[in-house]
Amino acid sequence: MPKLTIDDLKKLRESAKKATALREGETTIKITVHMGTCGIAAGAREVMDALLEEMAQAERPDIRVINSGCMGMCSSEPNVTVEMLGKEGVLYKHMDKNKMRQVFKRHVLLGEVQTDFALARMK
Amino acid sequence: MSTYRAEISVCSGKACRESGSHNLKEALEKELLRKGLNNEIRVTETQCNGFCAQGPLLKVEPEGTLYQKLKEEDIPKLVEEHLVKGEPVKRLFLKPAAPPESVPAMEDIPFYSKQMLIVLKNRGVIDPESLEEYIARDGYVGASKALLNMTSEQIIQEVKTSGLRGRGGAGFSTGLKWEFASKSPGDVKYALCNADEGDPGAFMDRSVLEADPHAVLEGMVIAAKAIGAHQGYIYCRAEYPLAVKRLNLAIQQAKEAGLLGRDILGSGFDFDVEVYQGAGAFVCGEETALMQSIEGKRGMPRPRPPFPAQQGLWKKPTVLNNVETYANVPQIIQNGGAWYAGIGTATSKGTKVFALTGAVNNIGLVEVPMGITLREIIFDIGGGIPKKRKFKAVQLGGPSGGCVPERYLDTPVDYESIAKVGAIMGSGGMIVMNDQTCMVDMARFFMDFIQDESCGKCTPCREGTRRMLEILEKITQGRGEPEDIDVLEELSDMIRNSALCGLGQTGPNPVLSTLQYFRDEYEAHIYEKRCPARRCAALVKFEVNADLCTKCGICSRSCPSGAIEWKKREPAVIVKEKCVKCLSCITNCPADAIL
Repeated sequence: MPKLTIDDLKKLRESAKKATALREGETTIKITVHMGTCGIAAGAREVMDALLEEMAQAERPDIRVINSGCMGMCSSEPNVTVEMLGKEGVLYKHMDKNKMRQVFKRHVLLGEVQTDFALARMK
Repeated sequence: MSTYRAEISVCSGKACRESGSHNLKEALEKELLRKGLNNEIRVTETQCNGFCAQGPLLKVEPEGTLYQKLKEEDIPKLVEEHLVKGEPVKRLFLKPAAPPESVPAMEDIPFYSKQMLIVLKNRGVIDPESLEEYIARDGYVGASKALLNMTSEQIIQEVKTSGLRGRGGAGFSTGLKWEFASKSPGDVKYALCNADEGDPGAFMDRSVLEADPHAVLEGMVIAAKAIGAHQGYIYCRAEYPLAVKRLNLAIQQAKEAGLLGRDILGSGFDFDVEVYQGAGAFVCGEETALMQSIEGKRGMPRPRPPFPAQQGLWKKPTVLNNVETYANVPQIIQNGGAWYAGIGTATSKGTKVFALTGAVNNIGLVEVPMGITLREIIFDIGGGIPKKRKFKAVQLGGPSGGCVPERYLDTPVDYESIAKVGAIMGSGGMIVMNDQTCMVDMARFFMDFIQDESCGKCTPCREGTRRMLEILEKITQGRGEPEDIDVLEELSDMIRNSALCGLGQTGPNPVLSTLQYFRDEYEAHIYEKRCPARRCAALVKFEVNADLCTKCGICSRSCPSGAIEWKKREPAVIVKEKCVKCLSCITNCPADAIL
C-alpha cells in the first residue's frame, strides 16, 4: 500500500466502508468465526477448517468468511456470526465442525436459522 | 426385477461418515437379512442432508421419516417397529428446530444490553488482521485530527477534559501524565504501552490486542504527538503469542500505509513503534521495572522520584499507559473530551473493561459504563452463580486488590467507591466466588503468587510476604495459633509502608480485605480447626452426614480413587484408607453432606 495522505485516508475509508458492507451483486453473506485465544482454545480452528471445506465445495463468491476477535462471552465459545443481506444476523454458540457444517448447509445456503445452536439474533 | 416397498437411505456426508454412518449401514443390512426383509427393503446412500450435527442420519422412504443420532444398537428396534409393525420410532426422530423467533434478540440479553462498548467497539466485528476494516470503522480519524488539526496542548486539554484515568489500576489522570511528560525538557521522549498483563484471572488487554490492535497503535500515535515522542514500545508478554502476532502485523500494515513511521499522513510528524516481548515476570508490569526490562536489564523497580515523566526509559521523559487507556484515546479525540466525560460518575469517566470469571454463569469480557453496580455486573451481565450456589464475594484487582462481600454489592463501579469498600478497581480482573471458596485459602493463593513474583530487591516484600505465606499455610493446614492474626496484621502494615514498589505495597491487600470481612473464617480455622467452606483438606473430616445425604451417588461417581462406597437407597460411606483428599466429592455433593 502506498503511503496515505489525509485525503487518501478519507477515500480509503469510504471505499472500505463499501467493501465491508453487504451489497447486492457483491458480498451478500458474511460468516465470522471469532478467533481470539479463547475461541481457538475452545476449538474455533477446527470450526474454521470445516467452514473453509464447505466453502470450497459451495463455490459461492458472494459469501465472505472472516476471522475476528472474541465477542465477549468466552464461556459460549467457539462463536460464529452469520450475516445475510436484508436479514437479521445470528450469533451461534458452542460450535464444532459438524454444527458449522449444518449451519452452513441449512442456514447459509437454505436460509433456515439453526435455532438449537443460536445464542442471539442481531440487528 | 424386484420392487421394494421401502427404501432406507443412510447419509454419506462427511459428518455422518465420521460419526459412524458406515457401521450403521452394515448393521442395517445385517438386520434386514436376519429378518428376511432384504428383498422388500432397499438400503442406499444419500447425499448430505445438512443436519451434520445430528448425524448419523437415516431417511425412510416413501414416508420421508428422518431419524437422527442413531447408534448401531438402535437398529433392531427401528427395523422391528417401523419396518415390520409400521410404527415409526418417535423417540429417534430428527427434532424439528424451534422457530427463529425463539432465539432471543441481542438487546434482550442482559449480557449484551447492559454493556457499553467504546474500547471494545470493534470486537468480533472486524478482522483484526485487516487495516481496511479498521479504517472502515472510523479508524485513524482521531489520529489524523490530532496530527493535522491540533497542537500538543490541545490534545492534552482534550484528554484532561475527558477525565480519562489510567486503566492499569492506579487511576492517575492520563491528561496530567501527558502534560508532565510534554513539559519535561528534552528532544528524545518515549511513549510506552504496558501490555504485561499478569494478574491471575485477567485477560482484558489480551482480548483488546487480539480483536483490535490498530486502536492501541492509534492511541499511541496521539500520545506521541501530545508529548513529542518519536519512538514507542509495546511491552507485551511472550505468553500472548496471538496478540504479539496481530500487533506486529498491524504495525507493519500501519508503516506501509504511512500511519506510522516518517511524516505520518503528510503531517510532518514521525513516530515508530516496536513490540518488546517480556518473559512473563509479574513485576515487569510495574512501570520502572518495565523500563529496566526494555533497557535489557533485570526487571526490578527503582524508587520514584524521579518519575518516568521526568526520567523514564534510558533516563528520557517517558509516558507509560495501559492497553485499555490507549484504546480509549482515538475516540476521545474524534468525539471530544466532553462526550467522554458525559459517561460515568463524578470522578470516574467513561467505561471500564472487566474480565469476568470464576463462579459465574457468563464468563467473559465485559465493558460497562462507570457507575454501574457490582451486582448488575455479576447478576445481570454475568447471569448469576451456577448450580444454585450462593454468592460469597468478588475479588477485584488481582493480587493488589481485595474482595467485596455480598453486603457491598450495590457499590457503584468507580475508583473511589471501590477503594472505600477495601478493594481496588485494578486493571479489571473480577473473580466471582461462591460459598465453596475458603477465604483464608484464597488469601494464601494470592500471597503465594506475590511471594513467587517478588523480585527480591527490597526486604519487606522479599521476606515479609514469605513470612505471611508461611503463616497462612500453617492456618490452612490446621496448625494456626491465636497470635497469627495479629502477626499477619502487623506484617501487612509494615510491608505496606516500607516496600519499594506498588507490587509489594499492595501485596498484603488480599489478606487485609479477607480479615476485614471474613475474620470469622480465620478464627474458625485457628480456634476450632475447622474450614467453613471445606476447602482446606487438612481440616475436612471426609465423613458423610447420613442425615443430609440424599443417597444420589454423585460423590461415588466423582471420586477418582474409588474411596466412596454407595448402594442405591443407602447413604454413601467414605473409606478413609483409599481417600486422597482431592475434595471432588465435596465440590460435587448437591446436599453439602460431606463433613
